[in-house]
Amino acid sequence: MAGEAWRQERGTLAATLGPPLFWLVVFFLVPLAVVWGYSFGENVGLTDIRISGTFANYARALEPLYLGIMAKSIGMAALTTLICLVVGFPVALAITFASDRAKTWLLLLVMLPFWTNLLIRTYALIAVLRTEGYVNWTLEFLWNRLGSIWSLEPFVPLNLLHNNAAVLFGLVYVHLPFMILPLYAALDRLDRSLIEASLDLGAGHFRTMMQIVVPIALPGILSGILITFIPALGAYLTPDLLGGPDSQMIANVIERQFKRANDWPFGAALSFLLLYLTFILIAFQALMQRRQAAQ
Amino acid sequence: MQFEKSRNRRSILAGLGVAAVGLSFTTVGCSEKSSTGIGGEENKLNFYNWDTYIGETTLADFAKASGVQVNMSLFATNDEMFAKLKAGNPGFDVVVPSNEFVERMAKADMLIPLDHAKIPNKKNIAPEFLDPDYDPGRRYSMPYTWLVVGIGYRKSKVNTTPDSWKWVYDSDLYKGRIAMMSESADLIRLGARYLGKSMIGLDQASIDQVRDMLIRQKPNIKTFHEDNGQDLLLAGDVDLVMEYNGDIAQVMQEDADLAFVIPKEGGLINSDTLVIPKGAPRVDNAHKFINFLLDAEVGKHISETILYPTPNAAAKALMPASYRDNPVIFPSGAGMDASQYGRFDGAETQAAFEEAITKMRAA
Repeated sequence: MAGEAWRQERGTLAATLGPPLFWLVVFFLVPLAVVWGYSFGENVGLTDIRISGTFANYARALEPLYLGIMAKSIGMAALTTLICLVVGFPVALAITFASDRAKTWLLLLVMLPFWTNLLIRTYALIAVLRTEGYVNWTLEFLWNRLGSIWSLEPFVPLNLLHNNAAVLFGLVYVHLPFMILPLYAALDRLDRSLIEASLDLGAGHFRTMMQIVVPIALPGILSGILITFIPALGAYLTPDLLGGPDSQMIANVIERQFKRANDWPFGAALSFLLLYLTFILIAFQALMQRRQAAQ
Repeated sequence: MQFEKSRNRRSILAGLGVAAVGLSFTTVGCSEKSSTGIGGEENKLNFYNWDTYIGETTLADFAKASGVQVNMSLFATNDEMFAKLKAGNPGFDVVVPSNEFVERMAKADMLIPLDHAKIPNKKNIAPEFLDPDYDPGRRYSMPYTWLVVGIGYRKSKVNTTPDSWKWVYDSDLYKGRIAMMSESADLIRLGARYLGKSMIGLDQASIDQVRDMLIRQKPNIKTFHEDNGQDLLLAGDVDLVMEYNGDIAQVMQEDADLAFVIPKEGGLINSDTLVIPKGAPRVDNAHKFINFLLDAEVGKHISETILYPTPNAAAKALMPASYRDNPVIFPSGAGMDASQYGRFDGAETQAAFEEAITKMRAA
């Protein structure tokens, strides 16, 4: 039995599992535990934090001000996820129906943005959206062309940057691959004959999609939602650079606690609230998957 | 894109968390054997500086003059530098904090007092910089550059010179064409200045008053910029921007339609300084290096590269008139006379600033 062979080769198991486990504990769990400890601490002077077991940081984090910002961030992340799902689903489906050769290229195209740093991509978006950016430049060009035929009012550039819509656009742009890839993985495993059977038996395309494809691909859809929603909730670069005066998200507040405000305990409490929320979502997804497997 | 061109220590890295990893040219604090110089210290030095904030050949010149090799690491914001040193000095010998962080670090006992006997080039410093409130008698710091916050604007898009903070804090005349700093302390204190208060020792009522004014003004503000205000101005995204004089001076070289004014209520003066942090492994070399940077010729070379106002009178005298007499780099007049250094008023005040701005942004 393979299982017993493994049991006999403890050394091999330890050698394979050891380094990643060591890495995980020393560079992930321990620092996380330290920050978790900070969330129950208080500032002493300018440089020290005493972990005193206080809940004051959590109490402050649960004030209406911060809950409101949290709610707004959840709203932005949810909207981002929804748009990514609506846009990503047809794209993922189209890739599964492409030829094997084209599939490779299409997947490469989806992943291509990851080859560039997020900061650079965000600056590129700024160059596209700004008042004298490429979009407005093109519009103005077309407007003036039309203006030479009919008499038009002078062109007024659109306000595309520094507002919540720009932040949403940036978040969708950044997170779309996170949605497409798990959707593709789920849809690619789908048994095509089920779709054919559904169509043969008289169901329309939409009905086949909703009653056959979506339920079977549900675990992939849930993973896609989760893997898009969580980083979108923690986004801070995008709202900072593309947002306007109203675009503050919870991660911006957390960042300021660790830097300008120099209030690590409060920042730690805010980030752990976010982490608790993430755990709840992951647990929910696991529950849904188990229920589906049981069916 | 413009941000690649500007020589600005604040534009590219500043405020952008992605960059907050602290670029390092060489491993700091590594203990490889190297030859020791006079005084028993090894011939190297770890320098923690802002990006693009040193002369092109300054470090090599120092190596030639003293035999000491300098490893320079970079930080993007004072907060990043402070956060790194607060956990214990990882081996830096000379650091370049701004004035308020000199106060903060001195209060937190993070600095070594300077031995003025080892810094004879102190004589090059203009007298008005020798006894600042933030560091009486220059016990811990030597001035490296200074800056002042004012309003950068596009001449063709304003009715009159925007020589009051009113135009950015309390008026809808330039609705949607204003960019303010996102730095909470600067934002609150200059607002208080506009309301006729001192920028030092603000109480909660004054902070709330400025916050409410900013909430009223928010619909007129296009964005709170992350120290890239000069790029927004140059690109035509906004026509008025609250920004440092040095930053606006750089973009004015590219666009003649831009200008800078210090509002009549006064601006906020900022000074970057050279300090030796506690735990510095090579205190002797650190003094040598600080003394070297304050030399007239060396200071001239640095100013030529970074184009920031220098407190070094001897270096300034060697610079061309286009720099010395530049009204943006060296502003004068009523606004400049009314300008003040900021003061670090303690962690509670800082937290109050921060919460007021969070509230304002969420309102």
